[in-house]
Amino acid sequence: MDDLMTVVDWSRWQFALTAIYHWLFVPLTLGLSLIVAVMESLYLKTKSEKWLAATKFWMTLFGINFAIGVATGIILEFEFGTNWSNYSWFVGDIFGAPLAIEGLLAFFMEATFVAVMFFGWGKVSPRFHLASTWLTWLGASISALWILVANAWMQYPVGMEFDPGQMRNVMDNFWALFSGIAVNKYMHAVFSGWALSGVFVIGVSAWFLYKKRNVPFAVRSIKVGGWIGLIGLLLTMWTGDGSAVEVTKHQPMKLAAMEGLYRGGYSQGIVAAGLVNPDKTWNNDEDEYLFDITVPYGLSILAKHDLNAFVPGISDIVEGIDVNENGDTINTVSYAERIKLGKLSHEALREYDLARARNDRAAMDAAEQKLREYYPYFGYGYFDSVDEAIPPVGVTFYSFRVMVILGSYFLLFFVVALFLVYKKDWLQRMKWLQIVAMVSVPFMWICSEAGWMVAEVGRQPWTVQDLLPTKAAISEISSASVITTFWLFALIFTVLLVAEVSIMMRQIGKNSTKNLEIDNSH
Amino acid sequence: MTLEYLQNYWWVLISVLGGILVFLLFVQGGQSMLFCTKYDKERDLIINSMGRKWELTFTTLVTFGGAFFASFPLFYSTSFGGAYWLWILILFSFIVQAVSYEYRRKAGNVYGTTTYDVFLFINGCVGCILLGVAVSMFFFGAYFTVSRGNLLDPGSPVISQWASTHGFEAIFNWKNLILGVAVLFLARMQACLYMMNNIADDPSFFNRLKSRALIDGGIFVVFFLWFLAMVLTATGYTVSHNNDYTVVVSETPFKYFHNYVNLWWAGLTLLLGVVLVLFGLLKTCFSKHWTKGIWFTGIGTFLAVVSLFWVAGFGDTPFYPSLLDSASSLTIRNASSSEFTLKAMSYVSIIIPFVLAYIAYVWRSMDKKKLTPGELETTSHKY
Repeated sequence: MDDLMTVVDWSRWQFALTAIYHWLFVPLTLGLSLIVAVMESLYLKTKSEKWLAATKFWMTLFGINFAIGVATGIILEFEFGTNWSNYSWFVGDIFGAPLAIEGLLAFFMEATFVAVMFFGWGKVSPRFHLASTWLTWLGASISALWILVANAWMQYPVGMEFDPGQMRNVMDNFWALFSGIAVNKYMHAVFSGWALSGVFVIGVSAWFLYKKRNVPFAVRSIKVGGWIGLIGLLLTMWTGDGSAVEVTKHQPMKLAAMEGLYRGGYSQGIVAAGLVNPDKTWNNDEDEYLFDITVPYGLSILAKHDLNAFVPGISDIVEGIDVNENGDTINTVSYAERIKLGKLSHEALREYDLARARNDRAAMDAAEQKLREYYPYFGYGYFDSVDEAIPPVGVTFYSFRVMVILGSYFLLFFVVALFLVYKKDWLQRMKWLQIVAMVSVPFMWICSEAGWMVAEVGRQPWTVQDLLPTKAAISEISSASVITTFWLFALIFTVLLVAEVSIMMRQIGKNSTKNLEIDNSH
Repeated sequence: MTLEYLQNYWWVLISVLGGILVFLLFVQGGQSMLFCTKYDKERDLIINSMGRKWELTFTTLVTFGGAFFASFPLFYSTSFGGAYWLWILILFSFIVQAVSYEYRRKAGNVYGTTTYDVFLFINGCVGCILLGVAVSMFFFGAYFTVSRGNLLDPGSPVISQWASTHGFEAIFNWKNLILGVAVLFLARMQACLYMMNNIADDPSFFNRLKSRALIDGGIFVVFFLWFLAMVLTATGYTVSHNNDYTVVVSETPFKYFHNYVNLWWAGLTLLLGVVLVLFGLLKTCFSKHWTKGIWFTGIGTFLAVVSLFWVAGFGDTPFYPSLLDSASSLTIRNASSSEFTLKAMSYVSIIIPFVLAYIAYVWRSMDKKKLTPGELETTSHKY
């Protein structure tokens, strides 16, 4: 096969590129659809044209964003086949189901009712139109559910067993897909979309305040966007905490990488700010950080909700050192051992295959028994050294801090924005705050993308945790093909993003010169 | 429900999704005509008529892919990873379509309306032709091998291996292109019939659509019959399965003809489909004001497509024949998901009638009033 690692690396870059672009648009769809639905509900309740104008304005921006979200989304689904074909076979029996259900349950709902949302004014009754807007939001949220269930399953593969005859995993428990990781991940992602949309609405509305145009419209929008954003952010933080606990249980290496922690301990502190030492490896004596500001007990609380809990570091995990429920130090399976056991599982599968070819039932049973014993380490069998099984620490560490620091900032942002918007005209008068609100908007996207960087870079090198590393998940294609398509995708996505941002800006600018305040309320 | 029953059930569902997708390709057909319009107003009408349905076609394509992944993952793995360039080009054409309707008229769209119209045109032509190519491979095969044991080769662990041209060989295979061209002209014909039903404008536009439907329909019929003749006279594979997921293959002359004879219900479905398409087309062309042709050709198209899927997959036929190693051919038995997954998915599939019902309801509600040039001047959301 054409240089394996080049194909692997470019395939990873291509998938990462698509996912990063896709996530620029999805959270806004998730949150803005809710904000629009709330505004339209208020319109129907009050019969005030002011709410209708607000609904239509935000709906236009929703439409611009929705189209490009759809465009980038289709690629993600098909890239599982085009670039990760081995993965598609190895776990397709489990992973394919959520994707198909997403299409049937969510996409059709979204696609059908979004058309009513845009073109149904005057063609269907106001109540039917409102129902369509809510169903568009519901469709988007259900769509996210299935995608995130699928993603969570890759991080915590459950509800399946390995079928040595077909050399793939098959599902044996559908409901197991809704694990703690899946539930937390879903809520964390969706609520973060609400928060992001809240920041977007406040930022855009701040522009209207800054230009002193359509001020009541802007104030109304800030109230709706601010509350939805604040609720979304608080729930994001709550589910983020839940996610940390789940990660500690099922992906301790990811947690250690998030913290840049090599040697863990009891009552482990968390690094609030710091620089990781790039020369540090799991088996040398370099310092972990070039500098750090540590909050005592922080990591123990985050990981296990216990001040004194033991949290293992990267070296501990690699060496198989952990602590049991009684607080005693125990030896788990070291990574060197896992690699050995993984190779034994490969050998057992090979024996099984040969025995099957000979139709030797006894040998098949013996090989299968051995395989079942070693199968939890199957993926490690693809590694030649322990280093291959450790995620990139720097990117994970910094992304985590970017997410948390910006997330905390946005909590303050929402509280201040809501406080001031209800205090007479304070927000209208404070120009500098309006500028801060506008400048803050792109940082919310950085915060959101950083969250995904933590989740996806931190779980490397696995496509399916412990079972299938990225290098065994790929398609048999040439590196030249993947490099070409990577740049094609990069070009087309960038071209479309430029158009999207430009259209958004023009729509906002155009509407800031229109009068959105004609009130025909009855 | 036995595994065999579930596999058959899912192949039928895949064929239903395929049939719906080909019907909905009228959106692409309309896009392929954008540069054949006489006036700008016509182009606006075409785009706004198609633009209210493009999401359904797009969604059906995504669901078709997802359902194939869930029910026949070995096909998904082999075809998508192997015919890389074929699928990537299809995807590219759909990426640029997705934004074009929304952005083409918007102020600040950077590249100008014509650029987005070119994107729509590309999707209209390339999307149809290449989807036709992809389906044609179900009959004329592809250059791949499947060896599950590769999973244990750390240097090259991929189980499906494809010819080094990775899909280009399929695109430039004239047999595949014949179906591609047939699908394009079918989509164009359907687009004309749909617009005759959906748009109320002056009679000259209506009459132009009618003549174009006849021309496109005529070209479609020629290419479709050519494709059908090739399929019916082709030598195909007949398979029997070993316990170890491999197949024993024998070559059978006139395989698909025999399938149509043996699976008489598939033959009848094809016949009914062809009759409905011809009836819808001819009645439209020989009537003065008849606008319901799209429903006849639409149902006819759906029936013809499902029957093609049936003879491709049933009757001990591999639906994805391998031209490199016939034993690697994919069948609905060796490429499917497990019994558990198919059963779980089958429970979910119970909602399909409900989904179809609300789509039909919304379609009817939205299309009650025909699209007029006047509406385009007053609507708040115009493409």
